[in-house]
Amino acid sequence: MTVSAQERPGAAQTASTDLKEIAADVVRRAMQGGASAAEAVAMDGSEFSTVVRLGEVETLKESGSKAIGVRVFFGQRAASTYSSDLTSEGVQQLVDSALALAKVTSEDPFAGIPEPAQLGKLEGDLDLYHNDVYSLSTADRIDYARRAEKAALDADPRIINSEGGTFDAAIGYKVLANSHGFVGDYQRSYCSVSAVPIAQVEGSSMQRDYWYSVAMTLKKLESPEEVGKIAAQRTVRRIGARKVKTAKVPIVFEYTVAGSLVGHIFEAVNGDSIYRGASFLTGKLNQKIAGDNINVVDDGTMRGGFGTSPFDSEGVPSRKTIVVENGVLKSYLLNTYTAKKLGLQTTGNASRGLAGTPGIGPGNFFLQPGTKSLQEIIGDIKEGLFVTEFLGFGVNLVTGDFSRGASGLWIENGELTYPVEEITVAGNLKDMFFNIAEIGNDLEFRSSIASPTLRIDGMTVAGE
Amino acid sequence: MSVTMDKKFFFDRYGLAQADVERYLSAALSAGGDFADLYFEYQTSTSVSLDESMVKSATQGISAGCGVRVLSGERTGYAYTDDLSPERLLHAARTAALIASGPAKQPVVGLTNKPAHNLYPVPLPSVEAEVLAKVDLVQRADKAARAYDPRIHEVRVSYADELRHILVIGSDGSFAEDAQPMARMSVFCIAKDEIAGSARGTAGGGGRVALEYFQGDASPEHFAKEAARQAIIQLDAREAPAGEMEVVLGPGWPGILLHEAIGHGLEADFNRKKTSAFSGMLGRRVASDKCTVVDNGTMPGRRGSLNVDDEGNPTENTILIENGILKGYLSDKLSSRLMGIPNTGNGRRESYQHIPMPRMTNTYMLAGQDSPEDIIKSVKYGIYAANFGGGQVDITNGKFVFSASEAYLIENGIITSPLKNATLIGNGPDVLTKVSMVGSDLQLDEGVGTCGKDGQSVPVGVGIPTLKVDRLTVGGTGG
Repeated sequence: MTVSAQERPGAAQTASTDLKEIAADVVRRAMQGGASAAEAVAMDGSEFSTVVRLGEVETLKESGSKAIGVRVFFGQRAASTYSSDLTSEGVQQLVDSALALAKVTSEDPFAGIPEPAQLGKLEGDLDLYHNDVYSLSTADRIDYARRAEKAALDADPRIINSEGGTFDAAIGYKVLANSHGFVGDYQRSYCSVSAVPIAQVEGSSMQRDYWYSVAMTLKKLESPEEVGKIAAQRTVRRIGARKVKTAKVPIVFEYTVAGSLVGHIFEAVNGDSIYRGASFLTGKLNQKIAGDNINVVDDGTMRGGFGTSPFDSEGVPSRKTIVVENGVLKSYLLNTYTAKKLGLQTTGNASRGLAGTPGIGPGNFFLQPGTKSLQEIIGDIKEGLFVTEFLGFGVNLVTGDFSRGASGLWIENGELTYPVEEITVAGNLKDMFFNIAEIGNDLEFRSSIASPTLRIDGMTVAGE
Repeated sequence: MSVTMDKKFFFDRYGLAQADVERYLSAALSAGGDFADLYFEYQTSTSVSLDESMVKSATQGISAGCGVRVLSGERTGYAYTDDLSPERLLHAARTAALIASGPAKQPVVGLTNKPAHNLYPVPLPSVEAEVLAKVDLVQRADKAARAYDPRIHEVRVSYADELRHILVIGSDGSFAEDAQPMARMSVFCIAKDEIAGSARGTAGGGGRVALEYFQGDASPEHFAKEAARQAIIQLDAREAPAGEMEVVLGPGWPGILLHEAIGHGLEADFNRKKTSAFSGMLGRRVASDKCTVVDNGTMPGRRGSLNVDDEGNPTENTILIENGILKGYLSDKLSSRLMGIPNTGNGRRESYQHIPMPRMTNTYMLAGQDSPEDIIKSVKYGIYAANFGGGQVDITNGKFVFSASEAYLIENGIITSPLKNATLIGNGPDVLTKVSMVGSDLQLDEGVGTCGKDGQSVPVGVGIPTLKVDRLTVGGTGG
């Protein structure tokens, strides 16, 4: 099987100059149409994905798309439109609709784009793009997926089925232009390999788990064999999982799930939630919100980070922000609008897709690692729970109430014993961050939000 | 039935002719394959949102494209383009064709239109007056929520609608076109009290309806009061209990239980691959004999309804469980062909960028004989869950969760204190066997559900009458 795999990146290269011109042109047309300010964002993405199941190719998908969005202001009124029609006619309709729409919105004293002095880009190579993610032939890409699945199927006789092995690659190109003359662009690459095996033994229910590796370059991707092997280990250790009795015990959250707990800090320091009073951290600036051992950083400048970019979605340079220092909340994360609302400065965390008003997005947001290994953390626990997967999204950011389904392994006398499922773990985020008793040394970024393994005391495990 | 091309949306807008379509399908089958189809989509959307009593944003958008699919045995090749020029469409077709490796095949010449339902109105494209009417809706909701109680501190309202034109043409000559409206209104409130702190409430609804729908019972005031009511009640909520107990689910949206506990597990793709906890259980008892569950895509105006699915097949009312016995799966073209079962018209996709797969439409349990009051009275100690946030399921081991956003303690047959948010967790294949009472008060949700699977979101509906589950784990923190 052969395919013109190299065609899209080439096409994206030609398109990039076009898209920059189109974005700048959209801003120009909006200003000519009477807008007092305007901002355009354009995106060009290519994706490839394949699933191999039980050794056979199941799906093969390859495509690309482009689109543009514009936000216009008439004084303090704003509106936005987006379209995948990039013809001159389509672009004019995009601008005209936005200008018409802005007449129906309210005057908002804080609406607007950043000041010219706030705009800029990080200099130097941020290591966000590697064209090797698209360098493989289709046959080789399929082989990645096949090898990952095969490694999982071969790892253990109890692996009896599979949802498949996958290989994905993607390239995204983004342009931002505004009426202060800012025009910026960057490209980002991505590849991943995964395996999802299913295990079963006579007389117990099927279990599935997975493992994956994700990187911006093939060079940093774990080998498919390693991914498949880990996926199999994680799956077979779930065989025979059972419920446990309802109890209050120490809970160790593996780094694979601890990131989602730290993600709740990100959501709670989001400027939109703060000014609306929709966060349990509203009004807590410079107050203790966690134990002395907790330090949380948002760093949009790390070379090769999943959350790194030269500028945010309003053209403000990305930066490093200390969010929590020794348990004290030092900064919210803000864009231009939320900063003005709160009488603060933007932290360069504006985030937007094609449509609508910018929200708040993370740079590389993480809890600083500690020194203990997983074995050391578990070794201290007489009876407790090791959580390896969450189920559901039972988190209330207004009150901090937290209650989620979980599965994992039971800890007895410092060792992992039998697998556990059909239980929930519950507490309140306001307390949980004060009760982090141990922090692991295993911080690893698999997305833009990450945390090392955490032990949290005082939570309730609900089961029988 | 032959089709008059020049009257059709895509043929008009993009100057497509039948010969073009045949050329693209030929390219898709140029390396063999059992079947190919083209899925054209053109979607316009409008949204208006209000925050702090200001209409802070109004957005309109257009997206259009075409996805080309080639099926070859169990394999699927897929490519899409947002550029509907002949070169890009041919390129997409040739890319999708790479899944197969055999001699070229020819598509059937000529197109056949299957009879389809007519379940929803087709609104005219948005005009400026309509945008003002939408602004009026969000402003009315804001006023009503704030008027409900002085402790309502923050109100956010959004209104969003879309109109999606689709055209599906298969290499077997099948042809289907549909124009699918969707509208939804949402209200989010925060109540604040010096002593009790803050609490939230949410409500919303809509469906495949036009703007006028929100001038009736489903008014902005209705949703606003409901969101405000929930927020105020939550101010007094106490810790939810932890552990196994009797659970009564209120009618309507708590039907998300069915969606998570059994619906996903009955999607044919998982059962074809034998990765579902329900694999091989057809004809077996999976619920108490009081339970009959259907997936019905043919209800007029409902959020999960469709005249035709995203493979061009008319939707159906499919019995999943009848008096407790598992009767059927939800299938699409690929799974029905490979499994030798009927195609139930459940092949859905998020957009032209996505491969269709079996998905639910409106999934609900038929009404039973018990009065809702008797159901509550029968519980000595347990919880009454009136409203839920979302849920999730692991289809392989059958474990599912759904999170109560409005729940109360039941003590000696009487509803007492409101409870804080708690997740409920259970096992899909046996939770319905523990349903001992089924109310006479079947309700469907008001039109808020969105289901995610493999990264694809589609609108769905759910419903149940009041139900009693004899044992379910409640994930609170209290004793």
